[in-house]
Amino acid sequence: MFDFLAFIPRAIAQGIPLLFGSTGETLTEKSGNLNLGIPGIMYVGGICGVIGAFLYEQSLPSPAEINTFLGILIPLLSSMLGSLCMGFIYCLLTVTMRANQNVTGLALTTFGVGFGNFFGGSLIKLSGSELPSVILSTTSNCFRLSLPFADKLGWFGKVFLSYGFLAYLAVVVALIAAHILKRTRAGLNLRAVGENPATADAAGINVSKYKYFATCIGSMIAGLGGLYYVMDYAGGIWTNDAFGDRGWLAIALVIFTVWRSDVGVLASFLFGGLYILHMYIPCGMNLAVKELYKMIPYVITIVVLVITSMRNKRENQPPESLGVAYFREER
Amino acid sequence: MNKKERTPVVHIVKRGALPWYGSWGIRGCAILAALIVCGIITSVVTGENPIQVYVAIFKGSFGTSRKFWVLLQNIAMLLCVSIAVTPAFKMRFWNIGGEGQALAGALASAACMICLRNVLPNWAVIVCMVVSSIAAGALWGFIPAFFKARWNTNETLFTLMMNYVAIQLVAYFSVVWESPKGSGNIGIINQNTMIGWLPQIGRYKYLLNVIIVALLTVGMYIYLNYSKHGYELSVVGESERTARYVGIKVEKVIIRTMLLSGAICGIAGMLLVGGTSHTLTSSIVDNRGFTAVMVAWLAKFNPIWMIFTSFLLVFLGRGAGEIATNFSLNQSFGDILTGIILFFIIGSEFFINYKISFHHSGKKED
Amino acid sequence: MDSKTPAVKMRDITKTFGPVVANDKVWLDIYRGEILALLGENGSGKTTLMNMLSGIYFPDEGRIYVDGKEAVIRDPADAYRYGIGMIHQHFKLVDVLTAVENIVLGLHEPGRLNLAKAAERIKAICDAYGFEVDPYQKVYDMSVSQKQTVEIVKVLYRGADILILDEPTAVLVPQEADKLFAVLRNMRDDGKAIVIITHKMHEVESLSDRVAILNRGRFVGDMLTKNTNAQEMTNMMVGRPVTLNIDRPVPVDPKPRVEVKGLTVRSDDGIVKLDNVSFTARSGEILGIAGISGCGQKELLEAIAGLQPTEKGSICYVEDDGMKEELVGKDPLAIASMGVSLSFVPEDRLGMGLVGSMDLTDNMMLRSFRRGHSPFANRKAPRLLAEQVVKELEVNTPGVSTPVRRLSGGNVQKVLVGREISSAPTVLLTAYAVRGLDINSSYIIYDLINQQKKRGVAVIYVGEDLDVLLELCDRILVLCGGKVSGIVDGPGADKHKIGMMMTQLGGEEAHE
Repeated sequence: MFDFLAFIPRAIAQGIPLLFGSTGETLTEKSGNLNLGIPGIMYVGGICGVIGAFLYEQSLPSPAEINTFLGILIPLLSSMLGSLCMGFIYCLLTVTMRANQNVTGLALTTFGVGFGNFFGGSLIKLSGSELPSVILSTTSNCFRLSLPFADKLGWFGKVFLSYGFLAYLAVVVALIAAHILKRTRAGLNLRAVGENPATADAAGINVSKYKYFATCIGSMIAGLGGLYYVMDYAGGIWTNDAFGDRGWLAIALVIFTVWRSDVGVLASFLFGGLYILHMYIPCGMNLAVKELYKMIPYVITIVVLVITSMRNKRENQPPESLGVAYFREER
Repeated sequence: MNKKERTPVVHIVKRGALPWYGSWGIRGCAILAALIVCGIITSVVTGENPIQVYVAIFKGSFGTSRKFWVLLQNIAMLLCVSIAVTPAFKMRFWNIGGEGQALAGALASAACMICLRNVLPNWAVIVCMVVSSIAAGALWGFIPAFFKARWNTNETLFTLMMNYVAIQLVAYFSVVWESPKGSGNIGIINQNTMIGWLPQIGRYKYLLNVIIVALLTVGMYIYLNYSKHGYELSVVGESERTARYVGIKVEKVIIRTMLLSGAICGIAGMLLVGGTSHTLTSSIVDNRGFTAVMVAWLAKFNPIWMIFTSFLLVFLGRGAGEIATNFSLNQSFGDILTGIILFFIIGSEFFINYKISFHHSGKKED
Repeated sequence: MDSKTPAVKMRDITKTFGPVVANDKVWLDIYRGEILALLGENGSGKTTLMNMLSGIYFPDEGRIYVDGKEAVIRDPADAYRYGIGMIHQHFKLVDVLTAVENIVLGLHEPGRLNLAKAAERIKAICDAYGFEVDPYQKVYDMSVSQKQTVEIVKVLYRGADILILDEPTAVLVPQEADKLFAVLRNMRDDGKAIVIITHKMHEVESLSDRVAILNRGRFVGDMLTKNTNAQEMTNMMVGRPVTLNIDRPVPVDPKPRVEVKGLTVRSDDGIVKLDNVSFTARSGEILGIAGISGCGQKELLEAIAGLQPTEKGSICYVEDDGMKEELVGKDPLAIASMGVSLSFVPEDRLGMGLVGSMDLTDNMMLRSFRRGHSPFANRKAPRLLAEQVVKELEVNTPGVSTPVRRLSGGNVQKVLVGREISSAPTVLLTAYAVRGLDINSSYIIYDLINQQKKRGVAVIYVGEDLDVLLELCDRILVLCGGKVSGIVDGPGADKHKIGMMMTQLGGEEAHE
């Protein structure tokens, strides 16, 4: 029998990094920037949180004296600072210097993944651990604090209330992002910038400012996905390359959700479920088949991609100027 | 009124074409600046003096004849994938699936080596490897191209997802063909019989790979610049409407070009399995599919220039690896340095395409 | 001559784009309660000058004063702060947004975004000046004149009292233009300053109070409209006296060449673009196609050229001996391989006819690169052709290996027409062949078309300037909403009647 009660919380936990990533990328793409650096940014977001937590834990005389508030705040801020810098580099190159977005994004991913693994590896060495990983369970415990009465509410508590605060933050951020895009002046202006920057410019909108803000904020949100992954999902254990290809899946999710971060909430849980489905499908001794099950999320993305392209609805198209740099005096 | 408030201080103007020495001068300066920054960063991290760092970078590639051959081999493999993705990019088809296409080729080669080793003689196995890896790579290129041509399906995401499908397929077969049992790895294939191993020219293990890639590079240069196909695909890339207007069948060109792109990636995969490592893992292509995008773009899609850009990236990667070993740092240090250098080169394009003028009061600017 | 203070004074404005001097020390005064016509040929720097007022470009040199005070206009937001709003020729609207969303775009109104309130204000503005706008309609569903209305309302909504309109009538039928003029007069009487950029003499005469003339980036002069006349203005605009006459040789031995019967075309999204269109184009004759932009001209030419799938009807190519061959269902390649020599000068030169980033030689190859069995392309013949076109049509270019994007509009068109007629066509399709060209280049193009006509080519000429159509064409087919509204003989045709036929089928029910 398929164990839904065990599966759903795992699927949601797995979906949260994707949700952060796709919300961040949705905001970014709405400004007309196709940021393929998201996978790198999520690595940087993760490792910067780890560095912050590591330094804080080192400064403590004993793990028991950790201040929960600081234990959360320091990694959170350092993670956001790290991903902000990444977003800023991307903007500097693509918005101010009008470089090719695809190439810049890929370079950013190379850099970000390298950055994550380099400092991860260095910390592993510093901590003198036997295992190839940094273990920050003290900080992780702060991040994983869930509501005290969650255990008492049976299946309801398990499915809805058993997560650390970052998980709820992901959902809230996604909903707020959707609201801002749809209902506010800033959101309207941002959509115009992504659709037709020349028009936005003529309407008195500062195109570069919007692109910078959307991309940098989007990067910070995506970076939180990396932070959630190490601090909550992985229990504070950083292992090099463990984050894997989730960043690319987050980008896929943006298209999957037709640039709507509220749809992204459910879609990311669905993806999270597909991502770990192979652990829940009994396949006996045949380990090889598990590898084929791992293919499912990618195949489904392809299928959805094909179907949406066949339907070709006006509202479901990417922002019109996605991937194109804007220069006012272009003739 | 204050002059500063009166006019924007910095003003950016698009410039006309720079002479070639101008643009390459700017790129050269960017690389130089990047190397200086990288040297400083490395010095800070390791505490060594910068000269030592550059010596280490240089030694990483040219230190011993073995290192030199590894350098050549890595350039050849990166160049091969870059050559493969180039026609697609010239057509503005963002094929970031070089990874998957090469992996498909590698998988097909390994399959031939494993399944046909007791059936066919060595030469026939090699022929099968060549044919099947080309076919597998081409298939991996064909699928996204077909949907792009038919329904304009976003190719960036499609090819990206095809990478993971290929990776999981390889992971699947890694378990199916595992050797020894339970290891989850394939290990060196046909270690004793060497069936399906590409022949070695003289004493040089990698010479054949280098020669094949050199031929492909020249061939691609000719194909892109002098053939009718090459002309057609650049018209399609510049403007699909123009292409249709003169009767070019855009769908056909997209599919044909991606078949070619995939096929060459397949060859790269075959060279990796049959000519280099004689094994198959899901990371055998080692992100070259992505790096190739940058190699091709930096060289402005000119196959001959790609020799230099792929040299640059491999050289730096090897150098950074050497630093990492010498100063017992993590191997990922190389990725950081590569990233920084890429940022500089990408940024330098701005100074090639635009010029910045500062407004001075009363002075006429040029 | 005038005691009023100008709303805007521009002094010594210079703007260069690379080697091109678009404006050279231009002076201009704009007054409230007046409609100023900014007159000049294409490429004379009218739009550039106004773009500097609306903050799209920043002048290299010179000063701008608004109400006597020096103004710095760095971007469009600054322009709005000074009450300056511009309606661009290419509308600056976001297609996937509604009218009201487009109008409030970029505004810093206090409080939260309230589209309902904005819609009310839009209604009020519309009522005041006589516009009609549905605030909740998406822009991609709008007609051209609706889009223009949204643009004007947008500018008024922002409180602009200095309005600049860049060739506002280029996309309108005469009746729509009259309506626009009435609104503009309302606004003038309301005390607003209005500038219209145009090169149509009759608009200047019927609408403006004052006219300012630019020639090749230089300010030539300004005067009250009532004190001048068309001939004087034309002379100032062109810099020397010109005649407006276009040659129209009598057709020699016209024979049917292309027969279109019952042609119906539907666009991708299911809209009927051509509805049961029938006509015959004859050799040695120029058939003009008139109509509001976007009512089937593009589809008609593309259907004949084999680029547009058709739903019903037939297009027959008639050989000299009367043999007919069906063109429907064939692509350009198939048509060419039947031995039909058909040339097509499309509306979108750099987006369809030519490849901007390629040089002249490679662009000459577009039609001919398939020749021969070799897998390699032969560049020798195209280079010779390019050199020949450059020489014969006086293309102003540094050389045949210059990317065509670097050439000016007129030279680009010469390259395109030169290539298309080099294949000795029997049918020549042209769409807006002189759009964006200065008078000199236009006449070169008219000459080329007339030469083809004398060679016995069947020319189909889609044009937007009725005056030119009336002077150049032997017969004029008028399209209205994808239907044939009528075919009239060129000599002696009445402009106003054709204008009527463009809006109403047959033009009979026309009143007013």
